[in-house]
Amino acid sequence: MRYAMAVDTKKCVGCSDCVVACQTENNVPIGYCRDWIVENVDGTYPNVEIELRSERCNHCDNSPCVRCCPTGASHIVEGGIVLVTHEKCIGCGACIQSCPYDARYSHPDGYVDKCTFCEHRVKKGDQPACVAVCPTKCLYFGDLDDPYSDVSQVLKHRKFKVLAPEAGTNPQIYFLT
Amino acid sequence: MSNRRDFIKISALGLGGAAVAASSYNLMGGNKLFAADKKPLEFRGHNLKRFPTYCEICFWKCAGWTYVNENNEIVKVVGNEEDPHCNGRLCPRGTGGPGMYYDQDRLKTPLIRVEKDGKQTFREASWDEALEYTAKKLKEVGEKHGPECIALFNHGSGGKYFGDLLKGFGSNNIAAPSFAQCRGPRETAWIATYGEEVGSPEPTDIRDTRCLVLIGSHIGENMHNGQVQEMSDAIDKGATIITVDPRFSTAASKSKYWLPIKPATDLALLLAWIHVLIYEDIYNKYFVGQYTYGFDLLKDHVKNMTPEWAYGKTTIKPDVIRKTAREMAEAAPAVIVHPGRHVTWYGDDTQRVRAAAILNALLGSWGSRGGFYLKESAHLPSIEHPPFPKPRRTWRDAYPGQFKLATLALASGICDATIPTSNRDCSFKAWIVYGTNLPLTLPNMQNTLEAISHLEFMVVIDTMPMEITGYADVIFPECTYLERYDLVRTSPHRDPYLALRMPAVEPKYNSKPGWWIAKKLAEKMGLGDYFPYNDITELLDWQLKQVGSSLEEMQKIGVKKLDRKGGNLYYTRGEDVEFNTPSGKIELFSNELAAENFDPMPVFKQHPEPPAGFYRLIYGRAPMHTFSRTANNPNLTDLMKENSVWVNPKVAKLWGLKTGQNVWLKNQDDVVTTFPIKVRITERIRWDSVYMVHGFGHSDKLLSRAYGKGASDSEMITHVMVDPIMGGTGMRGNFITFLTEKPVKEVES
Repeated sequence: MRYAMAVDTKKCVGCSDCVVACQTENNVPIGYCRDWIVENVDGTYPNVEIELRSERCNHCDNSPCVRCCPTGASHIVEGGIVLVTHEKCIGCGACIQSCPYDARYSHPDGYVDKCTFCEHRVKKGDQPACVAVCPTKCLYFGDLDDPYSDVSQVLKHRKFKVLAPEAGTNPQIYFLT
Repeated sequence: MSNRRDFIKISALGLGGAAVAASSYNLMGGNKLFAADKKPLEFRGHNLKRFPTYCEICFWKCAGWTYVNENNEIVKVVGNEEDPHCNGRLCPRGTGGPGMYYDQDRLKTPLIRVEKDGKQTFREASWDEALEYTAKKLKEVGEKHGPECIALFNHGSGGKYFGDLLKGFGSNNIAAPSFAQCRGPRETAWIATYGEEVGSPEPTDIRDTRCLVLIGSHIGENMHNGQVQEMSDAIDKGATIITVDPRFSTAASKSKYWLPIKPATDLALLLAWIHVLIYEDIYNKYFVGQYTYGFDLLKDHVKNMTPEWAYGKTTIKPDVIRKTAREMAEAAPAVIVHPGRHVTWYGDDTQRVRAAAILNALLGSWGSRGGFYLKESAHLPSIEHPPFPKPRRTWRDAYPGQFKLATLALASGICDATIPTSNRDCSFKAWIVYGTNLPLTLPNMQNTLEAISHLEFMVVIDTMPMEITGYADVIFPECTYLERYDLVRTSPHRDPYLALRMPAVEPKYNSKPGWWIAKKLAEKMGLGDYFPYNDITELLDWQLKQVGSSLEEMQKIGVKKLDRKGGNLYYTRGEDVEFNTPSGKIELFSNELAAENFDPMPVFKQHPEPPAGFYRLIYGRAPMHTFSRTANNPNLTDLMKENSVWVNPKVAKLWGLKTGQNVWLKNQDDVVTTFPIKVRITERIRWDSVYMVHGFGHSDKLLSRAYGKGASDSEMITHVMVDPIMGGTGMRGNFITFLTEKPVKEVES
């Protein structure tokens, strides 16, 4: 099993619903977030393009955050989800430094926090909160090992890219272009 | 100068609202509250219960579920999958709904304006005292000037209760800024053409469209949920999107064609499109022949309105105008020229939207799959009460011979008619304001504040302190939509639907639901007969039983689909249709407008352009905020704290501006923004215009997160171009320049 997510940049309107849904679902304190929106504007008026992306932890196969964690708090569970055990985390921040995607933050309670792919929902068969709420249905989630999952299907039929492929992390968030 | 109605900062009081004992009145309809959903859900280690609601953060009113844990804390609000407004997916504002409930800056207890040691202040009052005092004051105004000198301004679900109260008292001066400041021209234009208004939600069949044309509509930034969802579906299906906007909007970025039009020239483009359809003979001949009136007159009218004619005005190249017109014709009738929503731009807005209505008729999209579906709504019977007295005067008497085609009262018109003039025998003397922050909602803030200064009495019902509450004589704190019942939602869609809002928790602080406030006030004014129920749950249950449901059923399911009664979703080929217009046809030539001496077919008029060094102010929406109402919601300010002014890089270079720099804006009338606004340099805006999101720049310090964040576009809108047909307030004719230094306040000598 290999969980992954695809983000359709052609449909995303950058409304940030994924951000607030994650905050309420995961009790993320006001002022922090586990997912966020990036708007890239390219060109000169009137020949302009925008790419809108909902971004989060890439749940990398080769995850530098897990490798550098001194306590084993950062670890990988079934389906390739990268998690942080809050009780084991000493808040040293090595993982924050190592992440090429700036996907982790220091929680005010002293540990490092990040996207969990809503593991608590996914193991019950639900979609992550961001995927379930997205009004444009631009987020696709599922098991890459299952050829019929939403994410496998959409990656089969569409062009896509990943962020910072040169970092060699083998990220599992795919951006449909 | 000291005014009787100085703005009062409620903060001077302390925030001890909860100290006033809550009334023992049973707001929850007995123990029905927790009967809603017995099946607990496990969430973050809590067992959750859920209660149906429909959202009040915007007018789309998506139905959802409020989730509450065993400590009676609201943990989240999630969309109801049965609801066609949201299909189980709320927008960021709906998802951030708990922030409205938890906002510690909420109004907490009734307040009455008093004078203490020569200074005006609010003092806390019990509900009974505040209601008694308000009833007395309203009755005094009624006796002195007549009940029709009282007006209600409202926005949102509770407006109906206060409307009934006012009608019972003898006034029908009931206005919502959503008409003359927003969609009014569209409704008047659609009635002139199709004999019916567009209504809300718009019956646009976007999910099945092959071509969607947006004229300044920024779907995706305006988060009209169902439309955003269907636009996304249409993108998936490969529909063509054509966006006309001086700004590279989010929708423009999703479009096959973006037409970066010169502002204020949209009507020229629409007329040129009409010209191409007719003179290239690519209009929908079946539809035009079967359903329309005045085609030959229209053909003659647009004869010279060629794409070349429009090019000089719009800066859109003739071949682009032709190509896009052909795309529409190709897709017809599965094409939508969107009527827009906030369309009060240049004062000839009814005529501009008429051109869009005509274009749709030429394409045959009205009543066609992928165009506009034939909407239907559920009808709940009204409960019997004594007839309302007939008012002796209405707001129309203040404007003899004007705005006859306005289908609803003009909020701006009532505001203006509150300022006494020598040639008017009666001005408005008291306002009831429900859920609308008039100083930031109406154009020309100074004018609104002057009108307020002439009032003898103003009562404001709201959940939050706002600019308007500071000028009130009495403030009633309403509880949020998550804490109250309201009338059943029956807004139209492809099928008729019912949606219930019920409280998930008891009202916080000493706040009360709107229906309760209106009913109690009515009782104190001797008008209790107009509210013939003890608790709104009695009314809801009775109404629901008339259509085969019940309160008990709706508490469990939240949303119910009823059967259509009005036939098919689209016209069938050859179907005979009688339109509610003078000719009984879709009027390309409007007999109604002709009879009122207005242009029966739209005529392009040039509008003023910004002088050197000034830029046209364009404003719009952000997906995470609703007007000025959400700027203090802790969840939503976390997504967007303040607005910025968008400046083209060429303009920024001229002024030496940097992104993130604070500037003050000054308009053509020398009005300067109270607060600075950050510059955002971007290629997404033209060099003759600037753009900002509406609803920021709050000046009420009680809004601890919103105070002084960004600047208010309403403050800059001092020049208003009134639509002579229906009284809409055109607000896009204001020009601003930049002040890079904090302006020094001039001292009056």
